[in-house]
Amino acid sequence: MTLTEKLREKISRAFYNHGLLCASYPIPIILFTGLCILACCYPLLKLPLPGTGPVEYSTPVKDYSPPSSEPGHQQGDPSERPDWYLGAPVAYIQQILVKATVSPWHKNFLAVDVFRSPLSRVFQLVEEIRNHALRDSSGIRSLEEVCLQVTDLLPSLKKLRDLLPEHGCLLLSPGNFWQNDRERFNSDPDIIKTIHQHEPKTLQTSATLKDLLFGVPGKYSGVNLYNRKRVVSYTVTLALQRYDSRFLTSLRSRLKLLHPSPNCTLREEHVVHVHFKEEIGIAELIPLVTTYIILFAYIYFSTRKIDMVKSKWGLALAAVVTVLSSLLMSVGLCTLFGLTPTLNGGEIFPYLVVVIGLENVLVLTKSVVSTPVDLEVKLRIAQGLSSESWSIMKNMATELGIILIGYFTLVPAIQEFCLFAVVGLVSDFFLQMFFFTTVLSIDIRRMELADLNKRLPAEACMPSAKPVSRSQTYERQPAMRPATPHTITLQPSSFRNLRLPKRLRVIYFFARTRLAQRLIMAGTVIWIGILVYTDPAGLRTYLTSQVTEQSPLGEAGLPPMPVPGGVLPAGDAKLALSVFPSEPVQLSENQTQQQREQKEGPSNGQPEPGTKAEVTWGGEDEEIWRKLSFRHWPSLFSYYNITLAKRYISILPAIPVTLYLNPREALEVRHPQEANRYHSFFPSSLGKLEAVDRPGEALPKLQGHRDVTLYKVAALGLASGILLVLLLFCLYRVFCPKNYGQNGLSHSRRKRGDLPCDDYGYSPPETEIVPLVLRGHLMDIECLASDRMLLVSCCLVGQIRVWDAQTGDCLTVIPKQGLRRDSSGIFDYQESWDQSPDPKNGLEDPFDNSHQLKRMLSPPQPPLFCDQPDLTSLIDTNFLEQATVVAPEPRHRTVCSRHKDTGYNFGRLVEKVYEETGSARALSCGTGEGGCSARRKSLGDEPLAGFEKSSPVSAWAGDLESSVWSLDLRGNLIVAGRSNGKLEVWDAIEGTLRCSDEEGQSGITALVFLNNRIVAARLNGSLDFFSLETHSSYNHLQFRGTPSRSSIPSSPMYSSNDLIMCQLTHTVPCAHQKPITALKAAAGRLVTGSQDHTLKVYRLEDSCCLFTLQGHSGAITAVYIDQTMGLASGGQDGAICLWDVLTGSRVSHMYAHRGDDEGWGEQGWIWDRGWGSRDLGCGASLGVISDNLLVTGGQGCVSFWDIGYGDLLQTVYLGKSNESQPARQILVLENAAIVCNFGSELSLVYVPSVLEKLD
Amino acid sequence: MNLVIRGIVLFFIGVLLALVLNLLQIQRNVTLFPPDVITSIFSSAWWVPPCCGTASAVIGLLYPCMDRHLGEPHKFKREWSSVMRCVAVFVGINHASAKVDFANNIQLSLTLAALSIGLWWTFDRSRSGFGLGIGIAFLATLVSQLLVYNGVYQYTSPDFLYVRSWLPCIFFAGGITVGNIGRQLAMYECKVIAEKSHQD
Repeated sequence: MTLTEKLREKISRAFYNHGLLCASYPIPIILFTGLCILACCYPLLKLPLPGTGPVEYSTPVKDYSPPSSEPGHQQGDPSERPDWYLGAPVAYIQQILVKATVSPWHKNFLAVDVFRSPLSRVFQLVEEIRNHALRDSSGIRSLEEVCLQVTDLLPSLKKLRDLLPEHGCLLLSPGNFWQNDRERFNSDPDIIKTIHQHEPKTLQTSATLKDLLFGVPGKYSGVNLYNRKRVVSYTVTLALQRYDSRFLTSLRSRLKLLHPSPNCTLREEHVVHVHFKEEIGIAELIPLVTTYIILFAYIYFSTRKIDMVKSKWGLALAAVVTVLSSLLMSVGLCTLFGLTPTLNGGEIFPYLVVVIGLENVLVLTKSVVSTPVDLEVKLRIAQGLSSESWSIMKNMATELGIILIGYFTLVPAIQEFCLFAVVGLVSDFFLQMFFFTTVLSIDIRRMELADLNKRLPAEACMPSAKPVSRSQTYERQPAMRPATPHTITLQPSSFRNLRLPKRLRVIYFFARTRLAQRLIMAGTVIWIGILVYTDPAGLRTYLTSQVTEQSPLGEAGLPPMPVPGGVLPAGDAKLALSVFPSEPVQLSENQTQQQREQKEGPSNGQPEPGTKAEVTWGGEDEEIWRKLSFRHWPSLFSYYNITLAKRYISILPAIPVTLYLNPREALEVRHPQEANRYHSFFPSSLGKLEAVDRPGEALPKLQGHRDVTLYKVAALGLASGILLVLLLFCLYRVFCPKNYGQNGLSHSRRKRGDLPCDDYGYSPPETEIVPLVLRGHLMDIECLASDRMLLVSCCLVGQIRVWDAQTGDCLTVIPKQGLRRDSSGIFDYQESWDQSPDPKNGLEDPFDNSHQLKRMLSPPQPPLFCDQPDLTSLIDTNFLEQATVVAPEPRHRTVCSRHKDTGYNFGRLVEKVYEETGSARALSCGTGEGGCSARRKSLGDEPLAGFEKSSPVSAWAGDLESSVWSLDLRGNLIVAGRSNGKLEVWDAIEGTLRCSDEEGQSGITALVFLNNRIVAARLNGSLDFFSLETHSSYNHLQFRGTPSRSSIPSSPMYSSNDLIMCQLTHTVPCAHQKPITALKAAAGRLVTGSQDHTLKVYRLEDSCCLFTLQGHSGAITAVYIDQTMGLASGGQDGAICLWDVLTGSRVSHMYAHRGDDEGWGEQGWIWDRGWGSRDLGCGASLGVISDNLLVTGGQGCVSFWDIGYGDLLQTVYLGKSNESQPARQILVLENAAIVCNFGSELSLVYVPSVLEKLD
Repeated sequence: MNLVIRGIVLFFIGVLLALVLNLLQIQRNVTLFPPDVITSIFSSAWWVPPCCGTASAVIGLLYPCMDRHLGEPHKFKREWSSVMRCVAVFVGINHASAKVDFANNIQLSLTLAALSIGLWWTFDRSRSGFGLGIGIAFLATLVSQLLVYNGVYQYTSPDFLYVRSWLPCIFFAGGITVGNIGRQLAMYECKVIAEKSHQD
């Protein structure tokens, strides 16, 4: 044993033990793993969240100084200081926040008056700021020295050239809209239009020009026509290059002095530094997205391979979780040990996932799933783990090696990547071993519980058949012949019309769940909700107005504070604003007159409460820049080609400025056109004036006029639509029957639950295929055999019928008419009727109506039935008992009794029969017996003289107790094995017995007829090998079958005048300990399967036992061998073994598993399905028509399945009357007809498309 | 799957990869404000993506063809998930060559060579694949150098050595990747043929 092998064994053992551990304590282990993951991910909390949002850091404004650019010298607490806080910021932002209102407010003011005069004051304010200079000992410092000097705008922003400062200080204010020119402002007829001319029409994502210039978010500015608070706020934004605290303080104090804000409580303590991340452009995004798409494709293709588990999705999720959390753990661990990730996490993440991979997880799943199912879950997990342990370890070592090599590239980025990958690999291994294995064990355990039901949709859907009906199946070799695949050479496309296409299934799914309706319904509800909420006259406006009115900060809530008419301090004479033109702006119409009267009203000492406005400073004003888009500053600086990516700006506390404007001022700045426009409908009477007392709503009413018509139209349309729908519904109710769309009469006779249905609950429609029913057997059909042209069936009484597989004609009945038991006359009567032409039934074959005739006859001749032997007593299928009865009889040593023209000598058996039956019946029905024989003698068409010579009584008495247990057919020879151990060879066409062998006493349970060899397996476990020899004319074999049908030469046909001898060549006395249940031969090998759990392989020529195959833990029920020496066996334990016949070794052992080895796995899978169904007691049988079509028998029906997909394709009902009869056996003929053993009838079902194809 | 269809699929894969990887390379000197995406995608000459597509179609068809002629069908890791992994690693190599700052060109070329050979060993492991990859790398480098000499095409980077050092490795890895895809596509065809013959 080399070192490798030792290592391998050790690893395997360790994995085995580990698997046992995991499967034994799943819950504690999963909890433990979860805790581990959480613990390892804990350091991740310190890391900044990924994303491009800006990061803030604030320092007190008191003795603030810009940080040094070296990371070493940092004052303050280094733990709180972010690592980007180094060096001077790009700019200091000083905002002067202006709140202005017109006070007291007059009722007849226009909506534009709310913001027009406040905005007009901005020009003056800007001038003040621009001209501010600090005079101290060091000289005069002006704004120009400290502010951020900007140069050209980006060339692409030509249209903004007039609006943004192009040279000098970066100072922004709403005045920029008018080029900081008061005259322009005054002559501007429409302020709103000017402001909004550069607003994007579509959804705005980044900062707009209005936001930039106003410095506050659009809805806070109050520059609109619906401003009910009548407070306008805007900022003058100043970008400073250097931080000069004295200059700023002086500016602040001066502005406060000029425009005091008495109730301002803004804290001015902190400088906020905002760090901006690198923004990802689309050019960078495309490769990133590509890698992620590749990653998802990889995950998809990987998890798609998970198969044969209870919950595919669950396991796929577990696999992905394993990989992801291993990555998180790796990052967390690396952070814990002091390594800070510098790489872009989003970029390297897909590569890390790909490097770590999902392969191990899949390999583990596959390995565990392919362990034998009959084992305990623990053992399955352990076996699966240990069988893959070596490859897992090898892969892991290889990957680690590769990554370690990568570590020595000495490129820092690659080293970091490799470090993450190594830690990720190790943690992934840990998680695989603990987390995924445990999840897998839970899954497998769930599957064990659910087990077969899910696997077998068809059988599970059907009610279980009478278990009695086939209870004997276990004791005898089921006569089900495993249909060989590829008997039909067909393109799979010919079944396309049978298979339900995928799109149809999708549609059915939609139809079943009413997905579309529900989606539309939900969508409509949401849409209506949104409409109601966002409508200008809707809920939101209402709510906001409610809130505003109730708010204590609202205008009504506060007691009116008397404000002096001149807000400005009287002492300040420098202010340009203090010098008002004494005459107001020319107001032409007579409304002006009225307005003035109105205005004078309150000024005369009757101030109305609520008309005076109070500017309030709340907490929300403190850092109003936070409400701006986070792209506000980057986009502002980007206009001047300054990037903020990976840099920061410092935002200084805003300077509050409060402006109160008296009404006179407001009137003065009013533009004449505005008055015209907004007051074109202004009523002249005073009473009407009250109606429009809220000027803020004057315009909405104007605009709303058009809206109202729109709403009317919409409402009308909606109403008419509803009416139409109701009308149609009523019409539908009136005209359509209630059961419209439901199944018709023919369908309603079956309950839906009875129908075989697929996984989706969908039952395909019953087909129009009318099965060809072959009637003639009196009793239930026991066994079936077929070659390509002929079909042989045998019923419980031992009657063999030969049918033409193409047309369904009955060719021969064996035994011949008239050679039946003499003790019962019923058959003879029957046959005499058979000969007469039947006028009533125009069936093509006179033999076919015997069954019906029997029924017709029975009433007038009741006495005949009294002596009909009780056949049920003869059908003794308890083979063990039978064997004991038969065994004591002396064994004849004669090789073979050959008869050519003489009948059998059955004297020995006749006596026995007479003892049993004759004695009982002679008394009652003696007369009938004579009549019967006379009638039989009168039959003129008896072809064989030899049978007539012999005593008919003796010839057939033997069959009374011997039913045919097994049948095989080659060419025109039928080999029948009877329960009394007799082997008979019949001519299928002529119905003559060619030879027989009655040596064995034990019933023949299985037969194989291959070339000229017959192998019979007996109930006592012995095997007899016979060879058929033709004496005279073996050389002139004829070949039957037209070459056009099949290129394969048909079986040789023995001509009727040949002498056929059946010679026992070998006997294996005790091949098996228990009865042989399965027998198959191919390629010179014979395989037997027995109830003693073993299989044996014999050589066909010399009956030499080659192998004894052990491995099943139950009786063998089915064996399949093909020309390529592949051998599959199915056992009662539900397992399927694949064997190699050449070496005798077990290739594979599986359960309900479509293995990788194509064809074989398929075959095995089918077998398993067959098995499972038998376990369920459904008595279902099955066959394979072609590569992908499977036929199963159910309750009175035959179902076609697609093997590859497991879909139910079609269901064919075989008869109307006998629904309770299950289809017991299915035999697939070459022309794709399926023969079902169906009670006493046979049904030939042609798969329609197959037939078309062949014709 | 028809040969033509395979060729078309491979062609489009090649075009897509060329566009995306070209974008990656452009990012090396990415400006602050990303220029228009369209222009950056088509910033290189228009004929580069079609050339890459044609080359990938040829290579992708050549690999399975050679496998068939040599009589040793490629069995190693024949799954789509493995192919996806291979493509991801290839993009990763490109990413590394574009984004990671290397100390010098020798380090860059050595690292890329190691990565490429690692790619081959992880996903291919066939001698024919290796030989073909080397041949492709050699030919493609030769062609690109000829183009540069004749002034048809110029690299943005003036560093001539820089260009030469990473190009063969990328070509090698690309050849392996496209060959992998081509083999996987060809396997579908083989499957169909096998099924047909099986039915016959």
